Amino acid sequence: MTGARPIGEDDLQAYADGRLEAARLETVKDYLSSNPGVAQRVEREMAQREALRARLAFKMQEPIPARLRVANLISARKRPALFKMKGVAAALAWLVLGGILGAAGGAWWSERSSSQMAVADSAITAHRLYVSERLHPVEVPGEQEAHLVQWLSRRVGKPLKAPDLNAQGYRLIGGRLLPSGSEAAALFMYENEGGNRLTLFARSSLEEKETAFRFEMQDGISAFSWIDNGLSYVVSARADRTQLLPIAEAIYHQFQTASGPVKGRL
Amino acid sequence: MTLDEIASLLEPQIPGLRRYAWALLRDDEAADDLVQDTLERAIRHWSQRHRDGDLRAWLFAIQRNLFLNALRKRKTHGVQVGVEALENSSNADNPESRAGLRDILAGLDSLPEEQRSVLLLIGVEDLSYEQAAQVLDVPLGTVMSRLSRARGRLREFMENGRTAVLRSVK
Repeated sequence: MTGARPIGEDDLQAYADGRLEAARLETVKDYLSSNPGVAQRVEREMAQREALRARLAFKMQEPIPARLRVANLISARKRPALFKMKGVAAALAWLVLGGILGAAGGAWWSERSSSQMAVADSAITAHRLYVSERLHPVEVPGEQEAHLVQWLSRRVGKPLKAPDLNAQGYRLIGGRLLPSGSEAAALFMYENEGGNRLTLFARSSLEEKETAFRFEMQDGISAFSWIDNGLSYVVSARADRTQLLPIAEAIYHQFQTASGPVKGRL
Repeated sequence: MTLDEIASLLEPQIPGLRRYAWALLRDDEAADDLVQDTLERAIRHWSQRHRDGDLRAWLFAIQRNLFLNALRKRKTHGVQVGVEALENSSNADNPESRAGLRDILAGLDSLPEEQRSVLLLIGVEDLSYEQAAQVLDVPLGTVMSRLSRARGRLREFMENGRTAVLRSVK
């Protein structure tokens, strides 16, 4: 065995792909037989490679659609190709989600209306502006929660509440009133033990009464936004999507309970 | 080159391009849109193709770049999540997942794009390591280490679920 090159990860990959030269193959086989742990790992990876192939094999069996025939593509060349990438973008939204939430199914997408986008943008801008403010991050401190909530509810025109995020490690430090387009918006700010701040932005929704959750990230700030019961919410934090999601869910559920038939609506 | 000659070179690649596109997008129509854009671009730039270059690697590279462009565009806008997605987000803890009955595609989704692509191009499309290096526009050594990482992470996902993978990455 003098002068034999040591086994590398590349050897193991090429072994898994059946791409080793005969001489090298023997060396790798010898190595694997004396390293059962590695051998087992390689076995599993080969099985997963086969599983992936099997799972995707159906696509190879499909007859190709007429629109992909080269003759048809050439004769249709003058048509604009623009609209097509829309479909790709749409599917991408779903896919990005898969990565974010681990939801292999069930996620759906839709384009955001421009007003919703504006709400999320102003919420993120407010987050950026006030979270970094040391002296006056809030207008009314968390100690005066009842007054804060009453005041903001009146100005926003909907019954609000400051959700209790203690279970998530965040306590209310206060809130402020903000302009959002021509409407008034409320901003609640929370802080955790580590000094990380989170904001909840809420204003009345002009168009929709209810939408699904949507996620976006702008320069490191994650935001989940949704509309429920005619209120538009945006929760923002400098956090991971996976960290922010349970918080957004908790807020969503607290407002769901709060806006039940007991309390009534404005 | 006549239309028939172009067709005879391009069309045998279409099933593989459709499969790669579908694996990336998971939507029949969108996948075929991507393939169509790829083929249109290939036809438009046919003369710029290296005569002795690798047609298969060239086509897959075009397709992946179109995909990445769309992905970048998408990222600057928002993404909407259905409530169902929220409910599914704790999937890693359900009994089925714990029993190890995970869909291999969910495992694929747990990987970053560059790892997904390397698994698909080499493990499914049977591109050579050199062709994959050309498609991904990285050196051969990077392809090998990326392949190794991708397979390791997929294995970990299939065995331990998403949370384990996330934790090991962060």
